[in-house]
Amino acid sequence: MSKVCVCVKYSLDVSEIRIDPSTRQPVTVGVKRKVSDFDKNAVEEAVRLKERLGWTVTALTYGPDEAKSALREALAMGADEAVLVTDPGYAQSDTLVTSLFLAEAIKRVGPFNLILLGEASVDGYTYQVGPRLAERLGLPQVTHVRRLEVKDGEVVAERDLEDGYELVSVKMPVVVTVTKEINEPRYPKLMDIMKASKKPIKTMTAADLGIPEGKRGAAGSGIEVLRALAPEMKRKEHIIKGKEPADAAAELIELLGKEGVVR
Amino acid sequence: MSLWTYSEDLGLALELLGKGRELAERMGVELAAVVLGCGVDARAEELAHYGASKVYVVDHANLASFTAEPYASALAALARKHGPDAILVGATKRGNEVAARLAAKLDVGCVTNCTGVDVDPDTKLLLFSRLAYGGSAISTQRCKAKPQVATVPPRTFERAPRTERRAEVVKEAVEVEEPKVKVLDFKKKELKGARLEEADVVVVAGRGFRRREDVAMLEELARLLGGVVGYTRPLAYDLKWADRWVGMSGVVVKPRLYVGVGVSGAIQHVAGIRDSKVIVAVNRDPDAPIFKVADYGIVGDLYTVVPELVKKLKERAK
Repeated sequence: MSKVCVCVKYSLDVSEIRIDPSTRQPVTVGVKRKVSDFDKNAVEEAVRLKERLGWTVTALTYGPDEAKSALREALAMGADEAVLVTDPGYAQSDTLVTSLFLAEAIKRVGPFNLILLGEASVDGYTYQVGPRLAERLGLPQVTHVRRLEVKDGEVVAERDLEDGYELVSVKMPVVVTVTKEINEPRYPKLMDIMKASKKPIKTMTAADLGIPEGKRGAAGSGIEVLRALAPEMKRKEHIIKGKEPADAAAELIELLGKEGVVR
Repeated sequence: MSLWTYSEDLGLALELLGKGRELAERMGVELAAVVLGCGVDARAEELAHYGASKVYVVDHANLASFTAEPYASALAALARKHGPDAILVGATKRGNEVAARLAAKLDVGCVTNCTGVDVDPDTKLLLFSRLAYGGSAISTQRCKAKPQVATVPPRTFERAPRTERRAEVVKEAVEVEEPKVKVLDFKKKELKGARLEEADVVVVAGRGFRRREDVAMLEELARLLGGVVGYTRPLAYDLKWADRWVGMSGVVVKPRLYVGVGVSGAIQHVAGIRDSKVIVAVNRDPDAPIFKVADYGIVGDLYTVVPELVKKLKERAK
């Protein structure tokens, strides 16, 4: 039976991040987390393979214990089984560590014909985990896919690149990252959400995966984050309110003329 | 001791050499460019004139079409042979996937889509800045081991000037993985009018627009301002009104004038317009986040405000 593994990230909901005006640091405490947008598209694509071709779908995440809620969402959408890979160093892990945990889990839970992920995560936007995972597993990668077909042990995919759409084919197994455009993720029905809440979630730790201390969290990461500060936006914030459109337009054009950006 | 630059995009390769020159001097290392492909003598010869001391060339049949596995393997093989201190790769989608795979091969960190690169005066290591938390912050990062791998998007740095001085061109016969992915076809995107990234004035349509044909009035506004129309991600992706969008995950713009019309100002969009000289917003909602990052704005219905702007600009032009 063919199997697809879909990796999901339990991401920060970036629309909820606020900046502390005194320190200019982003405040992430209490910010809601959710399944990263493009990973949801990856789950949808995996579930469609199940519906069309009878594949088995395994959802996998690397995160804290609360990341189980991301897996529950994948299960509610139609995934068959779910695996949480967890480690106390999760929050300090870069893509090097993340891809190591995912790869080691996949080696133990697999083999898979296809591994799907979002092209990037909505909080990190590194675009790295897919390619790194592919390299660690010794598999080819096809990134930024907006259309995917699976047949005869092969995937045919259309990639969305800056200047055009590239059509490629590759023998499975393969790692594929998908764009938001590939599909419209379904909203799970209440019944499926309830069923998903009862399904078991397998948990694996660094010890289970044979990942030594020095390869975990901050110690194992290839990069060090020195600081993260909101950029200083010095804007004039001259906002015209409560005026008739004609007057407001005239005032704005006048202002832009003074700025030298309107002739 | 060297700093390497690589991009499959010639313009971007020159930008990396432009910044690379300055960084290499401050690091006290040699600057080199890498050229990968099949039949790339002319490219190597051209790149030899932009301030690098060396141009490493891997000319191999497995590099005939661009796929990540052979390209990353060629770069990794070169890096293992020469041990550069840092490798800057052009952050196109292709560049990013190659850099990530390269970093995985070398088991080192990688910082993608850097908006700035600096040199730590004490350690001579590179310091990279990039957007973090979905664009709400700029984070400064350092790679712990060498080579320090990072990617830099187009138009971040100035191109290196062409010089008469010619770098040494070194042909390298390293092992290159067999391509596994077959490229079957390539459909070029139709990019109407001037390119967004080079436009002097960018007028962006946001979710405030109800119908696609309504954007025609924005086209007129853009024409009068001497600019082009762009879209936000929801319009481009969800409604499919365009192939590309302005934002952190799409086209990052730095025009003289940005006008967001019916644009709410989601973080990922703002991260893509932040370096515009003047930011203008038109939105019905006085609490729209775009007003917080705007120089000028009008709170009002775009369907009445835009025609007035068009009218006033026409009168002004007379």
